[in-house]
Amino acid sequence: MEVQEKPAPPAEAIAEITFLAKVRYFGRAQYKSQLAPIPLLGWLCGTLLAVVIEQVVGYPLARALGLPGIPGLFGLRIMLAPLTPLFGVLSGDVPDLLSGLRMMPNEFVLIPSAVAYVFLVYVLPTLAVARLSASLANRVAKQLLDRFPLWVSLIVHLGLFYATMHLWGGISAYRVLILRYVLISVILTLSLNLVNGYMGEFSCSHPGFMALGAYGASILTVLLFVNDDVFGAPLLPPALGPFIFPLTLIAGGLLASVGALVVAIPSFRTRGDYLAIISLAFMFIVKSLIENLEIIGGPRGFMNQPKWANLPTVFGWMAICVWVIYNFTRSTIGKAMCAVRDDETAAGAMTVNTRRTKMVTFLFAAFWAGVAGGLFAHVIGYINPGTFGVYKLSEILAMVYLGGLNSIVGSIAGAAGLQLLMEVLRPLQLFKWIVIPVLLIVLMIRRPMGLIAFTEVNIKDLLQPRRP
Amino acid sequence: MTLATFFQHLLNALQWGSFYALIALGYSMVYGVLMLFNFTHGDIFMVGAYIGFFVSSGLVAFASLGIIALPNWLILVLTILLAMLLTSFVGMLVERVGYRPLRGAPRASAAITGLMIGIVLETGNLALLGARRRKFPILIETQSYQLGPVTVTNTKIMIVFLSLLLTLALHQFVRRTKWGMAMRAMAYDFVVVPLMGVPVNTIAALTFGLGSALAAAAGILFGVAYPILEPYMGILIGWKAFVAAILGGRGSILGAALAGFLLGFIEIFVAAIFPSTLRDVIAYSIILLILTFRPHGFFGEPYSAQLRL
Repeated sequence: MEVQEKPAPPAEAIAEITFLAKVRYFGRAQYKSQLAPIPLLGWLCGTLLAVVIEQVVGYPLARALGLPGIPGLFGLRIMLAPLTPLFGVLSGDVPDLLSGLRMMPNEFVLIPSAVAYVFLVYVLPTLAVARLSASLANRVAKQLLDRFPLWVSLIVHLGLFYATMHLWGGISAYRVLILRYVLISVILTLSLNLVNGYMGEFSCSHPGFMALGAYGASILTVLLFVNDDVFGAPLLPPALGPFIFPLTLIAGGLLASVGALVVAIPSFRTRGDYLAIISLAFMFIVKSLIENLEIIGGPRGFMNQPKWANLPTVFGWMAICVWVIYNFTRSTIGKAMCAVRDDETAAGAMTVNTRRTKMVTFLFAAFWAGVAGGLFAHVIGYINPGTFGVYKLSEILAMVYLGGLNSIVGSIAGAAGLQLLMEVLRPLQLFKWIVIPVLLIVLMIRRPMGLIAFTEVNIKDLLQPRRP
Repeated sequence: MTLATFFQHLLNALQWGSFYALIALGYSMVYGVLMLFNFTHGDIFMVGAYIGFFVSSGLVAFASLGIIALPNWLILVLTILLAMLLTSFVGMLVERVGYRPLRGAPRASAAITGLMIGIVLETGNLALLGARRRKFPILIETQSYQLGPVTVTNTKIMIVFLSLLLTLALHQFVRRTKWGMAMRAMAYDFVVVPLMGVPVNTIAALTFGLGSALAAAAGILFGVAYPILEPYMGILIGWKAFVAAILGGRGSILGAALAGFLLGFIEIFVAAIFPSTLRDVIAYSIILLILTFRPHGFFGEPYSAQLRL
């Protein structure tokens, strides 16, 4: 007799957090009856239909509602736009205040339109399709899991998710850019979470690893495939480029790993606090080294990278990264990492090779930071050493601690959350950099380990059909 | 390098190192007493410089209007004292708002909070005061003296002398007074000290206040030496002083000052000997080497001897 097990508590918790806005309108009993039976497959189909609707009727609908065009980021920037002149005043821009105030009623009027658009195009179709197709989706999910290996179900879900992203991004280049930056940040955050969260060390060297990966991959790409002033004619046919691109990314990642040796070897003799200094020194060294190498541009930066980091590539790398790190954390060495964090002496007494664990974790995390750097370099096709300094460090640390330590879901949520927050708060101009730190301070005081910390989601549970 | 240039560089290094030393003292004290990295400290340095700018500008304006007749040197002294006092309040406020709620939390969370408070201070400064750089009023006429082949200015002497004086004063405070004993006790054993009737919150506030006061002094001296102030001046110097503080060893006042001066020496002499763009690379490589062979800093205790509570 087949026993249908309950969804594991973390998955349920994630589901509850995610659907909280809708639950408030429904109430818990109705949530249980209406929304709980919808499997992930149903939600993905719903969102896919929503973006298809946006592609088809989005623009006419937006115009009909009075909006100048399709809202860029779920209408959130439109909702904050009326505040822009106020913040301009606080920065001392008084002459613009009057014209700003005159524009305010126009901007306020747009807010209900934006809300209506979001509801009609995103919320309603998603909920409707997900709810109506719940039983069908449950059956399909069950069949996928029963008849085929796990990876088939995973590919189907990933494919639907990617299709949604692709169509959503297809509306404007801005959206695609944001999506690519978010996905690259996910890879970065995961790699820092390995060192900070799972292994418990405070490491400040990730901008350095990212820089090494970015420059490594860029130099290889430009050397091999681009007709450049410094490096001369391409050594290989440029048509081959997009296929060799993964190899150049891996090469950049390996370069970052070699750099990580510089941090890892002294780390054996020092403990947590001094590792922060060593990694900080490493970051300054890498930044200064790059600034001094004139052949790769020095402080002016390095350009002419071909823009091969399009959305499918970046999404593919992010999916591989999540999968690999998910397996890494559940492997023996992943458990060794956590043991080293909790009590290194006890772990050493229990046959954990602490030195090897630390080394492997550092190099592995640095590899992914290097890959993220390489992808970052090929998004716009320009990098300069100033990007990889203290501000980048603060940004990556903020993403990790916003999302949560020791949690893959947390890292994804933190990366996406902070990047989207930074974009959405653009109307506040300078005050963005007061609102975001204050939010993070409040978060740190309330939940010092991050929003979703020490919470793991079993991929198999995610793909399960839900019991009606 | 001739002997003359060597002594010139030595003097410059002493001056450059005194800023690092004063700021590193604040980092080192907080790290020793509260086991906490206070990444806001560089921005407290900036706040101290700006408070000093406003106080001295105000006093100079009053003096020029004839309301108070004060000689310039007295204005400088008053500026330093008043700015140290006000900035210590700022430091205590930062501790109360940002760090006290996180007393029991992992130290990394407190470090993130510190970083964020630093960003708020910088952006707040930029928003309130605008992007225009401020010029610190010239209160001391620079007079150069020639000691043989070496040119010495009175500002350099004053900066070095004041920083050494403040370091020694802090050292004596920590060694001889009851408050200092309480701070050393908390650095030694954080858990038992409250059981012995020592008010932990007060000592924490005092530590932050003292550190911030020293950073303010560093800020004003920096303003005297390099009169242009900008909101982001504290970042780089703060992180470097942090490196110096840890290099000096946990809980050691003289170690932090020594490491601050050493960092100043390394930077100046590396820039003098090698091409100056390689300054950061070589300086931090030297520090990396020092930390590889002496991980607990100059005067710190080896890991095995520390009480990890």
